[in-house]
Amino acid sequence: MREIHTDTIVETVARLCIEACCHIGDDIRALLENAREEEVSPHGRRILEQLLENIDIASSLELPICQDTGMAVVFLEIGQDLHIIGGDIYQAVNQGVRIGYREGYLRKSVLTPLERINTGDNTPAVIHTEIIPGNRLRIIVAPKGFGSENMSRLKMLKPSDGISGAKDFILETVINAGGNPCPPIVVGVGIGGTMEKAAYISKKALLRQAGTPNPDPCIAKLEREMLDTINKTGIGPMGLGGRITALAVHIDTYPTHIAGLPVAVNIQCHAARHKEAWL
Amino acid sequence: MSEIRVLHTPIDHRGLASLKAGDTVYLTGTILTARDAAHRRICQMIQEGKPLPIDFKDQIIYYAGPCPAKPGHIIGSCGPTTSSRMDVYTPMLLERGLKVMIGKGPRSREVIDAIVKHGAVYLAAVGGAGALIAACIKNVEVIAFEDLGTEAIHRMQVENMPLMVAIDSKGNDLYQIGPDCFSQLER
Repeated sequence: MREIHTDTIVETVARLCIEACCHIGDDIRALLENAREEEVSPHGRRILEQLLENIDIASSLELPICQDTGMAVVFLEIGQDLHIIGGDIYQAVNQGVRIGYREGYLRKSVLTPLERINTGDNTPAVIHTEIIPGNRLRIIVAPKGFGSENMSRLKMLKPSDGISGAKDFILETVINAGGNPCPPIVVGVGIGGTMEKAAYISKKALLRQAGTPNPDPCIAKLEREMLDTINKTGIGPMGLGGRITALAVHIDTYPTHIAGLPVAVNIQCHAARHKEAWL
Repeated sequence: MSEIRVLHTPIDHRGLASLKAGDTVYLTGTILTARDAAHRRICQMIQEGKPLPIDFKDQIIYYAGPCPAKPGHIIGSCGPTTSSRMDVYTPMLLERGLKVMIGKGPRSREVIDAIVKHGAVYLAAVGGAGALIAACIKNVEVIAFEDLGTEAIHRMQVENMPLMVAIDSKGNDLYQIGPDCFSQLER
């Protein structure tokens, strides 16, 4: 059986935390450049210009794109024929976060929820684990800022609400969020499953290369339609007015119960950060 | 018409009153940072009648919690945080003479009314442009609540910090005006 030592996991997670926070993906850069061309609001264009300039400064100096370097959300896809040696995999992930946030000079934003006492090292991470075929390990680090996380919502719709109810809920969530989550945003939507499944797939939808459509043509059509509608709200860059409110809408679905229609909307700011590695 | 304006500290009240929602502002001077935890603590001190560590008269508060400085830098990335979380505390600080707030995102009706009452302004920085804004910060020191870490109150010297007037002293609100102007949705 193939083996991976937890030391490798620690190093990889630490590196991915820094890379994700300092170097934006080419997908987002391309969408922002396109947005700058398409935006009709002069304020909006100036804001998009500053965002692109910021990306360059951050990358060249290896500084965080945004001071909110987030809570580290780590997705582990573990091959069923892989043996992890050297200790507890969750401790290894948290040690990676601890080192990455320290050595990358990233902000430590994690605290106890009620007493509000900072843990001092940005741990614990939120860790999601899936078992996959094969003998490899995929690690995705997605630091999530809370300006946008706070604007996310979930609703258990009724079956009678149907597609139009889901569309209304997505649009309403974006309009309520307005300028708070640092538009232009990426909208992750999870439809179906149970309460927690809908929330989980809405977050996972954000991991897609931004702008890549759902492989199901019907869902892809819904994504295009929602992007078009959201960009008619006038919210615009930073909520100060304009045509570019969202860069992409990613929708994923899962079968649900005859009595329900859960819809989760996870809002992501323009700094849609995620980096991955295959071990 | 929106204009390009230059703002210096100490604040000139007439200049502040002439700023209009939509104007671009380049700010040079001294500002303070305070976000969730510092606001909570200050307002608790006010309610308990305790002396405050800072006089807010004619001051500028930037809602921000910076990243730690890398070696060779004076500060890490330092963009604005969402202002609406401070809304519940803001009227109390405006009462005490606070004149300018810098953040991102819309404000509540109560805050807008207090801005008008006290002749203050709310400026928007570009959210997520943390590295760009850090380059405008020339000096920084912690002046209160050091135990709060990134949420401590910092005093900063900034040069040509790029901002936009989001809510002016008359209560004109670019978060309302801007989207209304560009909305294509049927009502």
